[in-house]
Amino acid sequence: MLSKQDSLLNGKRDAPKARPAPLPWRNWLGVVPFFLFAFFFIALPSLTLLVGAFRDNAGKLTLQNFVGLFDPSILNAYWVTIKISLATAIGGGLLGFLMAYAVTVGKLPNSVRTSLMTFSGVASNFAGVPLAFAFIATLGRTGLVTLLLKNLLGINLYDQGFSLYSFWGLSLTYMFFQFPLMVLVITPALDGLKKDWSEAAANLGASQSLYWRKVALPILTPSILGAIILLFGNSFGAYATAYSLTGGFINLITIVIGSQIKGDIYYNPGLGYALAVGMIVVMSVMMAIYYMLRRRSERWLRK
Amino acid sequence: MRRKSFWSWVWIALGAIYFILPLYATFDFSLRAKKGVLSFLSYQNIFNDPNFWKTIEFSLVIAVFTIIASIILVVPTAYWIRLKLPQLRGMLEFISMLPFVVPAIVLVFGLIRVFSGAPFFLTNTFFGTDILLVAAYVVLALPYVFRSVDTGLASIDVVSLTEAAQSLGASWSTIMFKIIFPNLKVAILSSAFLTLATVIGEYTIASFMVGIKAFGPYMSLIGQNRTYESSSLAIISFMVTWGFMGLIQLFSRGKADSSSLSGAR
Amino acid sequence: MAFLSLSNISKVFGTTTAVENFNLEVEKGQFVSFLGPSGCGKTTTLRMIAGFELPTTGAITLDGEDITYKSPNQRNVGMVFQSYALFPNLTIGQNIGFGLEVRKYSAADAKARIDEMLELVHLEKHKDKYPYQLSGGQQQRIALARALAISPRVLLLDEPLSALDAKIRVELRLEIRRIQQTMGITTIYVTHDQEEALLLSDRVVVMSQGHIEQVGAPASIYNYPSTEFVAQFVGQLNLLPVTNVDMKNGTCKLAGQNVKFEPMPERKTSDELRLAIRPEELHIGTGEGRNALKGRVESVLFLGSVVRLRVDVGGIFFSADFFNERRITLPRSGDEVVISFPEHSCWLV
Repeated sequence: MLSKQDSLLNGKRDAPKARPAPLPWRNWLGVVPFFLFAFFFIALPSLTLLVGAFRDNAGKLTLQNFVGLFDPSILNAYWVTIKISLATAIGGGLLGFLMAYAVTVGKLPNSVRTSLMTFSGVASNFAGVPLAFAFIATLGRTGLVTLLLKNLLGINLYDQGFSLYSFWGLSLTYMFFQFPLMVLVITPALDGLKKDWSEAAANLGASQSLYWRKVALPILTPSILGAIILLFGNSFGAYATAYSLTGGFINLITIVIGSQIKGDIYYNPGLGYALAVGMIVVMSVMMAIYYMLRRRSERWLRK
Repeated sequence: MRRKSFWSWVWIALGAIYFILPLYATFDFSLRAKKGVLSFLSYQNIFNDPNFWKTIEFSLVIAVFTIIASIILVVPTAYWIRLKLPQLRGMLEFISMLPFVVPAIVLVFGLIRVFSGAPFFLTNTFFGTDILLVAAYVVLALPYVFRSVDTGLASIDVVSLTEAAQSLGASWSTIMFKIIFPNLKVAILSSAFLTLATVIGEYTIASFMVGIKAFGPYMSLIGQNRTYESSSLAIISFMVTWGFMGLIQLFSRGKADSSSLSGAR
Repeated sequence: MAFLSLSNISKVFGTTTAVENFNLEVEKGQFVSFLGPSGCGKTTTLRMIAGFELPTTGAITLDGEDITYKSPNQRNVGMVFQSYALFPNLTIGQNIGFGLEVRKYSAADAKARIDEMLELVHLEKHKDKYPYQLSGGQQQRIALARALAISPRVLLLDEPLSALDAKIRVELRLEIRRIQQTMGITTIYVTHDQEEALLLSDRVVVMSQGHIEQVGAPASIYNYPSTEFVAQFVGQLNLLPVTNVDMKNGTCKLAGQNVKFEPMPERKTSDELRLAIRPEELHIGTGEGRNALKGRVESVLFLGSVVRLRVDVGGIFFSADFFNERRITLPRSGDEVVISFPEHSCWLV
């Protein structure tokens, strides 16, 4: 710190270096309720499950529950859940992308775009019990489409081996909220494709397909991948739709967890904990990858 | 240019068919309760069922409390962090993303394990269970409520507004109620409607916590026994969701983005 | 036959006419600016040359070839966008090489050309960086390099400096001119900044509301504006009401004082005529062969290199500019003053 004399001598008025003011504890008071809530209702339950996963029925530390994850029916449940999540993520991602493309780059009229956006908002929230009913009415044994195919084209779906209450039936049902989710997530990215880029590319002699191959798709790839991962996670954690449609018949991880809560069949709370923890781990990995991809794409689409 | 439009229309048409067909099929099915004739009999049965009204009322009340609790928790926190504690912002965002990592089925599992025994004993009373239900829904809605409020705060440059108000002599409550909340009307309304839409039809958490007191499990119960009525319920539920989404669009002037996503699967 | 010619070009969007009656011939190697306020049609015209808009009527010929309806990726014209439009997922080198790859240059030839372009814009060290790592000015230079790499027949620039800081703008615009002259490339430059247009161009096309107001060399646009719009848009202008106008003898009265101007016998007198004179033509004090007006200083504005006086002559206000000098004594507000100007420096509008 310069003394007053020094400042005057130099003809300059250097202010003494300011120290940052200590944060009054009152500031923290304003955010305590929220963090308390987060602790009690998010952290505590998760931690309880985590701890419970490492304990057996007597309360002693054990890894037995995680070993139980390798039981064939559990492994099968993981396999089926992964399969359906992958299928609906990629399938939903593809058609969702094409629809979003149609109303952005594809330059369909604005009214179509607004309708698609609104409908996507509704459809992505329509999951669960009512969705299951809707698909039963469509593709169930006496569903509209089933009957249509039988009467008009002579094709008997159920004789052919199709069943709504199977893997493919459930996948088709899941698509109903996966497409719209994709549309909603990828549209901002498509909007971020600046018209200038396609014009610059054309100006330099590139055809439309070259532009897409070399510029647009590479720019969009992180967003598309991120969106598909989001869809995967969405499907992985879905419970209500699957339960309403198949009554627990299809072997999904969420269904198995549900049975543990209810106390059906195996009733092995330790296993339930392990499954829950496993699910948290999977979802965390998904979210982390999604976040990284989003940061990447934001960097390119920002300016 | 025309060639490009052709394929665009194809994709949209495919999507449209995929969406509209099930809805049409459900509606058609719901009209066939009376043999050989199209009628609204199944709807009448629903509306005449006292349980329908009871469960809707219950879920609505829960939803309202969820909205109030969410707003009270999120708005001041988001505001305060923007204003005074920007270093906590990352943590706030992280917490708001946590509900994605903990799907409903896992959340309800954990909540029951923690709160049904000592020292909370929440599940011993109806009131306690209802509180737990509201808490669970607040968690579920958190990502969307936070994103909505945060975007709203960003768009009104809340720091400058606060400083201006303070220089004019306003107290904290004046700032909160006369400046912050009014400017967040759109964000609050959108998140309110979204929460409403989510909570009313929610099944996973409701079925494990309160059973058929809530609308979601009620729908499921009807579905197990009465096919035509279940279709009507599906249509009613769809209409209600559409209504809320439409209201959101109305209030946010059609700015559709991923904030219209919710958490009931 | 001119290298680039636009004949009878017009563009109508729905019910709005963006451009009409546009005729221009550009010689090879010329630097031509399209100058005008927002919405005057200059960018639309440029985009028609590039092929991003199709003219409603008229034809565009380049090097003997009719390119009016040719698709933009076959015209071999290089365009520099206001927003730079660099491809964010490609490095600087890849951006510059984009057009070369389309033209199937060999790897060696492409590399040579890319390095040549980077040297031209003095950004050799940034070849492997990504656009987001560069400043605005650097990005625009890369955009220029990218457009020039393909050896275009015409270079089109759409307000390339509008998004940049003032200081960068001043540096970069001279760079652009230097490069253009080195390469001898025909250039069309769209801008709303008249200083830029006057400084850089061989010819200026002043546009307003979709049509051409005047075409000419910078000096003739400035000194001999053919319409009131041009006179006011380019440079500063005093427009002063006068009475008792005698066109044949070249006399009139301004606030009761006599003023002489160059006679224009062909023109008709009217009551709405005004005397036009540039502020820099006005001097303090009297002189040979000059009109002199008595007035009072209303305010003095110090603009740095120029000092501007607002002078009140009988209720009519003049702006008079003169160069600042270090030991200058500025007149003060309220001082009586005589301002004068040569007869040939004013005209009637």
